[in-house]
Amino acid sequence: MKRMRFLIVALAALMAAALFTPAPALAVEPDEILADPALEARARELSKDLRCLVCRNESIDESNAELARDLRVLLRERLVAGDSDRQAMEFIVARYGEYVLLRPTTSGANWLLWAAGPLMLLAALVIAVFYVRGRSRAPKTAETVLSAEEQDRLRKILED
Amino acid sequence: MITELGHFALILAFMIAIVQAVIPLIGAHKRWPGWMAVAEPAAQAQFLFTAFSFGALMWAFITSDFSLKLVTLNSHSAKPMLYKISGTWGNHEGSMLLWVLIVSLFGALASVFGGGLPPTLKARVLSVQAAIGVAFFAFILFTSNPFLRLTVPPFDGQDLNPLLQDPGLAFHPPFLYLGYVGLSMAFSFAVAALIEGRIDAAWGRWVRPWTLAAWIFLTIGIALGSWWAYYELGWGGFWFWDPVENASFMPWLLAAALLHSAIVVEKRESLKSWTILLAILAFGFSLIGTFIVRSGVITSVHAFANDPERGVFILFILAFFTGGALTLFAARAQAMEAKGVFGVISRESALLANNILLAVSCFVVFFGTIWPIVAEMLLDRKLSVGPPFFNSAFTPFMVVLGLLLPVGAMLPWKRGRIGRTAWQLRYVFVLAVSLGVLAWAMQTGRSALGPVGLFLGSWVVFGALADLWMRSGKSGRLQRMLRLPRADWGKATAHAGLGVTIFAIAGLTAWEQEDIRVARIGEPFEVGAFSLVLQDVTREQGPNYFTTKGRVEVTRNGRPEAVMFPEKRDYPVAKMPTTEAAIDYRVTRDLYVVLGDQQADGSWTMRTYIKPFANWIWAGSILMALGGLLSLSDRRFRVAAGARKTPAAGVPAE
Repeated sequence: MKRMRFLIVALAALMAAALFTPAPALAVEPDEILADPALEARARELSKDLRCLVCRNESIDESNAELARDLRVLLRERLVAGDSDRQAMEFIVARYGEYVLLRPTTSGANWLLWAAGPLMLLAALVIAVFYVRGRSRAPKTAETVLSAEEQDRLRKILED
Repeated sequence: MITELGHFALILAFMIAIVQAVIPLIGAHKRWPGWMAVAEPAAQAQFLFTAFSFGALMWAFITSDFSLKLVTLNSHSAKPMLYKISGTWGNHEGSMLLWVLIVSLFGALASVFGGGLPPTLKARVLSVQAAIGVAFFAFILFTSNPFLRLTVPPFDGQDLNPLLQDPGLAFHPPFLYLGYVGLSMAFSFAVAALIEGRIDAAWGRWVRPWTLAAWIFLTIGIALGSWWAYYELGWGGFWFWDPVENASFMPWLLAAALLHSAIVVEKRESLKSWTILLAILAFGFSLIGTFIVRSGVITSVHAFANDPERGVFILFILAFFTGGALTLFAARAQAMEAKGVFGVISRESALLANNILLAVSCFVVFFGTIWPIVAEMLLDRKLSVGPPFFNSAFTPFMVVLGLLLPVGAMLPWKRGRIGRTAWQLRYVFVLAVSLGVLAWAMQTGRSALGPVGLFLGSWVVFGALADLWMRSGKSGRLQRMLRLPRADWGKATAHAGLGVTIFAIAGLTAWEQEDIRVARIGEPFEVGAFSLVLQDVTREQGPNYFTTKGRVEVTRNGRPEAVMFPEKRDYPVAKMPTTEAAIDYRVTRDLYVVLGDQQADGSWTMRTYIKPFANWIWAGSILMALGGLLSLSDRRFRVAAGARKTPAAGVPAE
């Protein structure tokens, strides 16, 4: 009994502690927002393309993590300093590496990633055109008659 | 005791599955009716034992039996009953047991409803289905056994991840698995047909209901998951192009392609080998999905049980089934000669275009999902492929699909004239364009996304209605329309659902309004047409959490609109906070309010969103699923099922 009571007390203490630990902050905090709405809009657009490095597949625009906040602030600092969108992104990529970009570049072998869809579509269309032309020129006799067994089955199904 | 019985039943089911995989296959090859007949009772027994085993595990969760390691790790005595039950599949081991339960369920269903199948085909289908079961039974028993005991049971459990303690998510995995695994039936039919070396219109008719059912479940499962993300993750995103989301989306795309191409097989005896290939690939992608979620190869919000050993096992299963089936396909596909003759402009060609667009878009998603791994392994580049890529690379395919859909759906079989069908749709086109222009004129921003989305959505929706209208002849239209086959209604409903979802996604993305601010208690602020006041913030206690709850009163033009309660919860056992957004659902918009942190001066950060047409995304998904159900209930499938008794008696024992 004593042990159980201890456990309950410990659990209650734990709950109380949990209650006062700060909950995660929201993604974009009011104090981060730039005074200039045009600049802020640019910052929001850019942060959708930047990955939160400690998160799983979240952009810094959506993430609650501290590191994402740092990156958002850094991005805004660059924009305030007069960087163009491109310069600001290049600055961040130079610091954090290509991994930070959610929209991969087309450099190097990455062209394959971007071209994969269109190329595949082209290939599929070529095959399909040949197939359809083959089908439209196929002799009518290809629509063969049913075998005796199939005719029998058809008759039974139709009787139902 | 019940636990041990459950464990024992699982092993028995494994043994039965081995027998069911081997004996009927030999029987079908040698034409031994006795050996073939083993399949049916075996399939049903396998299901019963697996169901008992699953029931035993669920019982352990319901009674909070913490002597079970799995229950200790994933449950807590104070957890609400619903989540104790859903906790059964809220973890790796339990979800695999659910997976295999559904494999055996589909096998048992095929044995009950598959009476019309030729005996050899039926034996082979059930045998292939059992082989899939064997692989997963082995996986569970050797790497992920849910029935392991603890020598010293703890006082209480460690609780389920609070994010998963949610009604939307409680039923998201079962639906998704019913979809994933439902595709195993199409796979079994495809492999069985390849072994038979024969595929005809009847095969198309048999395989279609299973694919349709799997697709309906996948649609519901994906919609539930996306809805959950929308209200639970705290900022109203509904789709993230997360690897695991993609893992469920790829089979959905292929299943959609498959159920369209199976129509061509059924009605026109063409596209046969392509349909077989699609059936193999669709299930292959389900397996890839399982691999992605459970191997830890790709980090994702969902990834659980990141265990290399398990990953290798699943990779082996994947390689065996997809590789084996594709080899068989390469050897036998030539035998599947097409019969139907059709012109370049015809329903057949339109369905082929549908298949190309769906399959290529699935390929794009697949390529984007695996590209980071490829780049890291082969190019030594660490990079990310995120939502911006998928949005630009995937969306064009859906736009083209939407543009072609109404025309393609109305083209006649064999040979059509594009001008004639386009002319029939002239009013629909004018209506869709006017709606788009109207939206363009009414909106304030410059974005073309909203108007184009409205045009495309209404083009698809009204196109579907026009199809029903044209189909019902000249006089007494309404009555004739009601007498149309359910398949026609199903088709129109599902297509309209797609249109609604297209419009909703575009509308929400284009016209969403966001407001982030520090709100003082009692001080009103304006967002869009609404005025909001944070009245007070209280601390309360839930069954297994503490909560900080705000009370927000919303007025519009001075009239009260809603009272909302955004929350922040703390789950002490799982040591995890969650955000519970308050959402006021209306037909044309959702109001979405999130409570943030308290500032030093006692005010609170608050995020407010106006999300136009958010509900329509899921309404469209429900319509799609409903369309599938209508089509599934069509008479011709029932006739095929009803016909089973006669041939069963008529087929002579060979």
